[in-house]
Amino acid sequence: MQVLFKTNYDQDINYLVDRGERVRVLLALALALIAPLVVGGYFLSELTMFLVYIIAGLGLMVLVGFTGMVSFGHGAFLGIGAYTHSVLLGYGLPFFITLPAGALAAGLIGAALGRAASKMHGFYMAIATLAFAIVVETGIGAWEHVTGGHMGLSVPPMAAFGWEVTAGPLQYYLILALVVFCIWGVANLMRSPTGRAFVAVRDSETSARSLGLNIARTRIKAFFISAMLTGLAGGLLSHLVFYLSPESFGVNESLKLLLMVIVGGLGTITGAIFGAVFVSILPNLINLLQNFLPSSIAEAAGLEQLLFGAIISGFIMFEPEGLYGRWRKLRLFIETFPYYKRATFTRQKRYLKTERFR
Amino acid sequence: MSELEVNNLVVAFGGVKAINDVSFSVEPGEIYAVIGPNGAGKSTIFNAISRVYTPQFGSIRFQGQELLNCEAHEVVSAGIARTFQNIELFENATVLDNLLVGRASKVRTGALSEFFFTPRVRREEHEHRRKVEDILDLLDMQHHRYEKVADLSYGARKNVELARALCADPKLLLLDEPASGLNPEETADMSFWLKDIKEELGVTIVMVEHDMNLVGRIADRVLAIAGGEVLAVGNVTEVQSNPTVQAAYLGTDA
Repeated sequence: MQVLFKTNYDQDINYLVDRGERVRVLLALALALIAPLVVGGYFLSELTMFLVYIIAGLGLMVLVGFTGMVSFGHGAFLGIGAYTHSVLLGYGLPFFITLPAGALAAGLIGAALGRAASKMHGFYMAIATLAFAIVVETGIGAWEHVTGGHMGLSVPPMAAFGWEVTAGPLQYYLILALVVFCIWGVANLMRSPTGRAFVAVRDSETSARSLGLNIARTRIKAFFISAMLTGLAGGLLSHLVFYLSPESFGVNESLKLLLMVIVGGLGTITGAIFGAVFVSILPNLINLLQNFLPSSIAEAAGLEQLLFGAIISGFIMFEPEGLYGRWRKLRLFIETFPYYKRATFTRQKRYLKTERFR
Repeated sequence: MSELEVNNLVVAFGGVKAINDVSFSVEPGEIYAVIGPNGAGKSTIFNAISRVYTPQFGSIRFQGQELLNCEAHEVVSAGIARTFQNIELFENATVLDNLLVGRASKVRTGALSEFFFTPRVRREEHEHRRKVEDILDLLDMQHHRYEKVADLSYGARKNVELARALCADPKLLLLDEPASGLNPEETADMSFWLKDIKEELGVTIVMVEHDMNLVGRIADRVLAIAGGEVLAVGNVTEVQSNPTVQAAYLGTDA
């Protein structure tokens, strides 16, 4: 176990001060960079999908993990981003304008939803966002002359001035660059006052307000950033699915995103990445599983949803800190072997805390 | 001019008048204690000053500024910071991060520049950090800096809350039972710190406190209330010997 001797405030501000962490991150980056040279075709497209889900998960993490607001409607932001991007692309605008436009559209609608939901908590917010997801899905379906309705909309190629980014390594690297940019930006936010304000609002609204934070504004800000990132992911996603239909951005997609951040580990950026790994592997695993199951079960409708639900409840009950929490425990186990104590991570009972102002 | 002036304050919840026509004033640089039996309305006064509650009637002036025109999150910019009776900390953050949130009212950077972490953001972070370290030194809690609040003992949490309020650079501190749940040793430390805060930082302190020993040691003046009305104002011995105060606490002969 190494002990950091800190001599400078910057050591608390900078990233990757710890050597092991630095090595791990560089390794992951190197792996991501050489991946397209090694794998191709199906796996590359799966990897690209995984990258896109990192951005979406990061977006949802800002809201659920950092600001403590649950959203059952993030699939809708994915949809808003995807449709805005694709429709504008269809008008011949270059992708580096339509992509931010899609993100901004999602962000603004997110801010409006945040404005409406800024005074809600828990169940009420869950229901409001769920209703929002349904409204957006229905809205996209009904707005036929723009979105193509339930007939769907085929996504124009990612182009700018006659130059085209086709599926493959180039697209992969472009998305990887965006992923790195988004992770960097969110990590920056979380080490500055805005990020701390998010956490403060999550943990105690009462004292956050008494310290000068405008709760409603902070929450709207979180909604805006969260929806914007998810909208960006939606725009990128559209080039991986080629064909948009309102159903693919419904409640199911929202649940998938929520599963991702919960399984990954709420409240950490790494958790969003772990969750994305999980969600990208899960469908493949389920496919594999179906080969071994008797056909009456394997072909039963809703098997995937059942497993999704079971996994979410399993994590909430047995490992609320998600895969990231597991990973931390594993690391401590190795670092302190053979002195690891399970009790290290047992939280003591909370001290008395009431909702009343006293 | 008085630092804090409360005039004819009335706070009612439906038909219940929690505070009924209370007036008092706090002079700059004094430690002013508010005492009274349970349900007397002590915390309600605090919540009215920090704008969690909106009074039905009256005025609250701080350095001549009418606080009733402020929103709850604007009170701290006026120069008033507070602590809570039931600790309200950000439990999943470190002590350092908790104290940095205490600087929230001094933040001058926006989310966009923070997203890119411009040099200016870093410079301001350093400034906030320096201020936070001063407070950590003052309250002698440097060793807790990187600990998560959830891992701290009750007494240490009380101190973190006090420190966090101080990080906002207040001119007036509202302390809601700073010594409740502390052992005698911790209470003694608290009384030294409160004196330090008053003398070194020049902060005016208004506190609700049941520990009369602590009140006797540090309070310059005491306000006794019961049933939402003022019983007595004066120094500790005056208030303690006041027959109406004694009656409120001990009851009267039948």
